[in-house]
Amino acid sequence: MTTTAAAPVAVRAGAAGREARPGLVRTNAGRALGLLLALAVLVLVLAASLTVGARSVPLPDVWGALTAPDGSEHAFIVRELRVPRALLALTAGAALGVSGALIQALTRNPLADPGILGVNAGAGFAVTVGVGFLGLSSITAYLWLSFAGAMVVTALVYVIGSAGQGGGTPIRLTLVGVAIGAVLAGISSAITLLNPDAFVKLAGWSAGSLAGRDWHILFTVLPFIGAGLLCALLVARPLNAVALGDDLARSLGADIVRTRLLVIVSVTLLAGAATAAAGPIGFVGLMVPHVARWFIGPDQRWIIPYTAVCSPLLLIVADVIGRVVLSPQELQAGIVTAFIGAPVLILLVRRKKVSGL
Amino acid sequence: MSPTPAPVRPHPATVDFGRPTLVTRGPRWSLRLDVRTAVSCAVFLLLTLAVVVVTLAHGTYEIPLPDVVRALYGEGPAGTRTVVVEWRLPRALLAVLLGAALAVSGAIFQSVTRNPLGSPDIIGFSSGSYTGALVVMLLTGGGYYQVAAGSLAGGILTAFVVFVLAYRRGAAQGFRLIIVGIAISAMLGAFNTWLVLRADIEDAMLSAVWGAGSLNSLGYDQLWPVLALLALLIPPALACGPALRRLELGDDAAAALGTRTETVRLVLVVLGVALIALVTAAAGPIAFIALAAPQIARRITRSASVALLPSAVLGGFLLALADLAGQRLFAPVQLPVGIVTVSIGGLYLVWLLVREARRT
Repeated sequence: MTTTAAAPVAVRAGAAGREARPGLVRTNAGRALGLLLALAVLVLVLAASLTVGARSVPLPDVWGALTAPDGSEHAFIVRELRVPRALLALTAGAALGVSGALIQALTRNPLADPGILGVNAGAGFAVTVGVGFLGLSSITAYLWLSFAGAMVVTALVYVIGSAGQGGGTPIRLTLVGVAIGAVLAGISSAITLLNPDAFVKLAGWSAGSLAGRDWHILFTVLPFIGAGLLCALLVARPLNAVALGDDLARSLGADIVRTRLLVIVSVTLLAGAATAAAGPIGFVGLMVPHVARWFIGPDQRWIIPYTAVCSPLLLIVADVIGRVVLSPQELQAGIVTAFIGAPVLILLVRRKKVSGL
Repeated sequence: MSPTPAPVRPHPATVDFGRPTLVTRGPRWSLRLDVRTAVSCAVFLLLTLAVVVVTLAHGTYEIPLPDVVRALYGEGPAGTRTVVVEWRLPRALLAVLLGAALAVSGAIFQSVTRNPLGSPDIIGFSSGSYTGALVVMLLTGGGYYQVAAGSLAGGILTAFVVFVLAYRRGAAQGFRLIIVGIAISAMLGAFNTWLVLRADIEDAMLSAVWGAGSLNSLGYDQLWPVLALLALLIPPALACGPALRRLELGDDAAAALGTRTETVRLVLVVLGVALIALVTAAAGPIAFIALAAPQIARRITRSASVALLPSAVLGGFLLALADLAGQRLFAPVQLPVGIVTVSIGGLYLVWLLVREARRT
C-alpha cells in the first residue's frame, strides 16, 4: 500500500508509525460472516441480560412479559427495569465504540480515546460544578449537565486546536484536548477535595454505571446517538483516505476539513450522549476498535459496523457480570469492562500478526 | 547536441547556517551548545531560583526577602532560620528536584514511544503505584513509609508485568508495550475506583489527596535520599540523550549510525521508570509534569523533538511554581500540588498552542 506517503505523518502523529497491515480475515464474505456471528452473540447476550439480575426471571417469563404483559411483578421488572437498561447498554456501548474508532482514525493515534477531545473532562467538570455548587443529585440533572459540559468543552478544544493556518492537525487537537481536559480535571478534583459531600456523589458517578437508568434516559439520548452513528457511517469512506496522510487524501479528492469536522461532531454526539447517560465509561472506546482492526484490517467501512456490534457486546456482558458477581450488590459496569476487556486485548496483542493503525 | 555548461547561479543574499550554536572543539570531544536552548535554560533556572526564594518568604508566617537571604547564609534570628532552612527549604528544593525527575522521565517515554501522549503512565506505572498505596492505606492503614513502599512495590510490579506480557521473541516492541500498558492500567484503574468506592469517606478522601500528589509534610528526611538517587539516575539519562536523538530516526537508521537500539531503549526505560518511582514514593503520583514539561520545553527552545535537559529545567520550574500556588492560592487551605500542576501546566500548554497557531 502507500506506506511511503503515510509513514512520515504517522510517525509524527503517533506511536503507530507502522504500516497498516491487513487483518486476520481478508475476504469481504468472511468479514460479513464474522459480523453476523457477532450479531448473533449480541442477541444471546441481550437475552441473558434480561433474565439475569438480583431477581432472576426465566426466559419464558421474559418472552411473556415482552409479548403479553400480564401486570405481574416479573413483567414490571422486565419491561420497566431490564429492557431500558439493556437497550441503553446497547446504544451507549455502540456510541462509545464507534466514537473511539473515529477518534483513533482521525488522530492516527492508537492511544486516543473519545475522552481525548475533552468529552469526559467536560462532562465531569459540569457535573462537579452542579453537585458542588448547585446541590443537584438526580440522574436527569447529571444527564443534561454532563451533556452540556461535553458539548461546550469539545467545541472549545476544536476551536483552539484548529486556530491558525492549516486547521486542526490531529496532533494539535490531541494536545489541546489533553491540556484542557487536565485543567478541568484538576479544578474538578480541587472542588471535590474541598467538599466531602460532592466527593461521595461524584465517586459513584465517575465509576460509570447503568443501574437505575429508565426509559426516559434512553429516549433522551437516543436521537443524539442516532445522529452521531449516521455521521459516522457517512464519514467512513473519506476517513480511509485521510489515513493515508493529509496530502494524499486531498489528491484523492477527500475533503479533509469537512471530514474532520464531521468526525468531531459525530464523536461529540456519541461520546457526549453515552457519558451523559451512563457516566464516564472508559476503555470500551479504546479497546474495541483495536480488536476490530486486528480481525478485519484498516478499512473504516468495516471497522465502524464491527465496533458498533462488538462494543455493546462488551458493555452488556460487563453489566450482567457486574450484577451477578457481588450479588445482591452491584458492581459498576465501568469497573467491569476493564476486567473483561483487558485480558482479551493482551491476548490479542501477543499474537504474531498485529495490525497497527 | 553539445552539452551546455550549467548557468552560474548568483549567490543568495543570505546564507542560512541553521540555528546559532556555540561549538568548542577538543581533541576527542567537541561540545555543541545551541544558543536558544542554553539561553532558555538559563532564564528558567533563574526563574526557578526566584520562585524558590518567594516560596521561602511566604507562608503562614511572612518573612521579608532580605531576612530570607540572611537566614540562608546562616545569619539572622534563630526563629527565622528554623522556618526558612529547616521547614521551607527542603520542601522547595524537593519540588524542584522531583519536577526535574518527572520531566526527564516524561521526555524519555515520549521520545522512546514517539508519541506526545507517551509517559510512564502508559506502562501502567501510575495506576500500579496508586493501587499499591491504596491497598496499604485502606486495608492496613500504614503511615508515610509504608505507603511509599506500597506505591513503589505496586508501580514496579506493574511495570514488570507489562514488560513481561509485551515481551515476545526477544523484543518488547513499542506498540505492543503501549497496548499492554493501556490494558493493565485500565484494569488497575477500575480496581482503584472500586477500592475507593467501598472505603469510608475519610479514608477515601485521604487517599484521593495522596493520589493527586502532595508535597505537604516533606522534609530533610526525604530530601537526602531523593538527592542521592537523582545523582545516580540523572547523569546516565542525560548521557543517553544523543542515543535518544538517533532512536527517533527509527530503529534501522539508529542501528546504522551505531546505536545498539534494544540495549539503549531498555536502559532508558529502566531509568525512566526509576525516576518516576522515586517521585511517586516520595510525593505520590504528581500528574501532568511528565506530560507537559517536555512539550513546553520543546516549544520554548523551538527544537525538533523533546530534549532531556531543557525538559528537566522546565519540570523543576513548573513543580516549584505549582507548589507555591498550591500553598498560597486558597490559603489557609493547602491544595495538593498535583491538582495545581494539571491546572497551571494545562493552561500554559493551551496558551502555547494558541500562540503557536497565531504565528504560523
